[in-house]
Amino acid sequence: MRRIKTPLELEALRNSLVHRRDPNKPHVRVCLGTGCRARGSLDVAEAFKDEIEKQGLEIQVECKQTGCHGFCERGPVVVIGPKDIFYQRVKPRDVPEIVSKTLLNWEVVDRLLYMDPATGQKILYEYDVPFYKRQTRRILAYNGQIDPTDILDYIAVGGYQALAKAIANMSCEKIISIVEKSGLRGLGGGGFPTGKKWRLCREAAGDVKFVVGNGDEGDPGAFSDRSLMEGNPHSILEGMIIGAYAIGANRGYLYVRAEYPLALKHLQIAINQSREYGFLGKSIFNSKFGFDIRINRGGGAFVCGESSALVASIEGKMGEPGAKYVHTVERGLWNKPTNLNNVKTWASVPMIINEGADRYAKIGTMKSKGTGVFSLVGKVNNTGLVEIPMGTPLKQIIYDIGGGVLDGKRFKAVQTGGPSGGCIPERLLDLPVDFEKLTEAGSMMGSGGMIVMDNSTCMVDVARYFLDFLQNESCGKCVPCREGIKRMLEIVTDITAGRGKEEDLELLQELAETVKDFSLCGLGKTAPNTVLSTLRYFKDEYYAHVRDKKCPAGICRDLIEYSILEDKCTGCGACLKLCPQQAIDAYGLIHTIDPAKCIRCGICRDACQFGAITVK
Amino acid sequence: MAESVPDYGEVDRIIQSHSCEKSALIAILQEIENSYGYLPAWALRQVSEKLGVPLIQVYGVASFYDAFHLTPRGKHLVRVCLGTACYLRGSARVLEALESELGIKDGETTSDLEFSLQSVRCLGACALAPVMVVGEHYFDKMTPTKVHSVLKRVQSKNEEN
Repeated sequence: MRRIKTPLELEALRNSLVHRRDPNKPHVRVCLGTGCRARGSLDVAEAFKDEIEKQGLEIQVECKQTGCHGFCERGPVVVIGPKDIFYQRVKPRDVPEIVSKTLLNWEVVDRLLYMDPATGQKILYEYDVPFYKRQTRRILAYNGQIDPTDILDYIAVGGYQALAKAIANMSCEKIISIVEKSGLRGLGGGGFPTGKKWRLCREAAGDVKFVVGNGDEGDPGAFSDRSLMEGNPHSILEGMIIGAYAIGANRGYLYVRAEYPLALKHLQIAINQSREYGFLGKSIFNSKFGFDIRINRGGGAFVCGESSALVASIEGKMGEPGAKYVHTVERGLWNKPTNLNNVKTWASVPMIINEGADRYAKIGTMKSKGTGVFSLVGKVNNTGLVEIPMGTPLKQIIYDIGGGVLDGKRFKAVQTGGPSGGCIPERLLDLPVDFEKLTEAGSMMGSGGMIVMDNSTCMVDVARYFLDFLQNESCGKCVPCREGIKRMLEIVTDITAGRGKEEDLELLQELAETVKDFSLCGLGKTAPNTVLSTLRYFKDEYYAHVRDKKCPAGICRDLIEYSILEDKCTGCGACLKLCPQQAIDAYGLIHTIDPAKCIRCGICRDACQFGAITVK
Repeated sequence: MAESVPDYGEVDRIIQSHSCEKSALIAILQEIENSYGYLPAWALRQVSEKLGVPLIQVYGVASFYDAFHLTPRGKHLVRVCLGTACYLRGSARVLEALESELGIKDGETTSDLEFSLQSVRCLGACALAPVMVVGEHYFDKMTPTKVHSVLKRVQSKNEEN
């Protein structure tokens, strides 16, 4: 048994780990997050292992498989420590060279370095890459540093010390007041003060209480929870154990999206290891406090991100939300007081206990403290995971970290908060990102998805897209949400199909407000946000659709026409061969599209290398 | 479509491994789905009897969650991401190309049980957008024109094995 019984034993273990590990030992950190994995980083990691073995370097160098480094755009990402040389787009065939040159002699493999497109300069170190340089990585601090499947890696960087400190030296009251003072708020998007929630749950009547970690990240375009669960699962467990101790809960559940197999695997490994070391189980740190965590796999229902629906799902039922006047902190799982927080919120707790409330509260704005984690995706150059202090202006995130809009196109909007959020236009780019400001702008924080849209994105189509998503995901329990979203979708679909009338816009606005005011749960209440925000900021585009029957972005098929520019067409015939409708005719060198046959699938435009196919 | 041959023993084993707990209904159905690739009607009836949960409730749960399927699924599961990032970069067109190539609609299975087509809302691999996944294999920056060759590759690889 490796049970750690006292804080001193934990400290001794950590010291021995730190002493045993030579900080100057060359090592490779290969990103095995989902993004890099999809690009073949498993093969890269395997190649490192083989090459190190082949050259007989097992003692001199080390290869570590880590969680997501965040810069998914440039994956597979490999970092060579301790100098932290940053290699991107690494392939297995690059590995022998990296081992013999960089790992053994600190010679740089120039072609694998990241080039800053702004300056044209190659960048050597990870911390100098603009994408990372302007971030403040705290929740994600050890993502990409530690092996998430090895508890000793976590302990070596100070893991479980907050738990030791909390159980040995702090009363439950003290822990809750620190969390309250820190200003930590629900990072799943709701923004409810975490300390206050804990206190309500602690004070709720009943001997049996539960804590739940919400890892059911259902927002399309958001993957911060996944990366954290995959890359540093112990930080979530440690936060949950501390929370359970403070609240008086003995059982915890982690509700994780089934589409995240790697997160599920790493969390289970972490739970097993944590049990082995005695951080989970009976009498943790020799106290009277015992606690254990079970994982529940989600069933793929967006509504289960809502607390009462999630609770129903853990109980093995359909994920239908309950009435809002019943708070889960009083009556949650099996009608017992239940404290539910997002996994990022839980992972922030050890940090707050370790460094104190004041230091945590130093970062951020008046009402939103600490950092926020965002998935920067869509029409942006640097797709990836970004952690920034609350209050950072949108512009800085999209341009300085994200490298601006893809293909040099013009920025149109940024959508935050997933299907519950809204679209923020260019003129609000200076908006500081925090809970209040995003809500004021008609959007919300949500799971931290940040989707950049350019001028080839049709905002009416975006509204239709989210309504379609929500219509599928509405559980159907209450009428405003079930019927309202469907009707809104019908209206918006009509508009995109050229059947819209001007008075439809008024009806749409009215309907959206009704659904917002009268739906039962968060899904319905926030569902109209995309419609409302696009009506607010992009009404011109709606007018273009209903009045002129035109789609300015060239997306809505019934309102556009494909044609071939004579002066650019070379008559190569690439489009002609691929057109599924045989809609392209060739008269000698001149190609034309028959609008009656064309289904506007866009395959010809993809095929044309000369930019000869246009959309009007 | 061919129903699986009832294997009451296997389903019993799954139910027992969760100590016949009613709250484990979702986990039990997930394991049955894993074993058979879908939820056969006979298995739902058996779960209902053993757990003492009305069949309508079992069916309710089975039809509520996207993770469950009530008809047999194809050998290759083709998933197209319709998450926001992929959608903006044109994944709906990829789905359309797949539908016409396979001759089935989203959510359906080819009659030879080779392919099932399923759109998903975000696989979290937004840097690869538009992304399509066949089995465990990711295909990044998909376009409608690439669809045919990717499916051919998947099938020929399968014949090799």
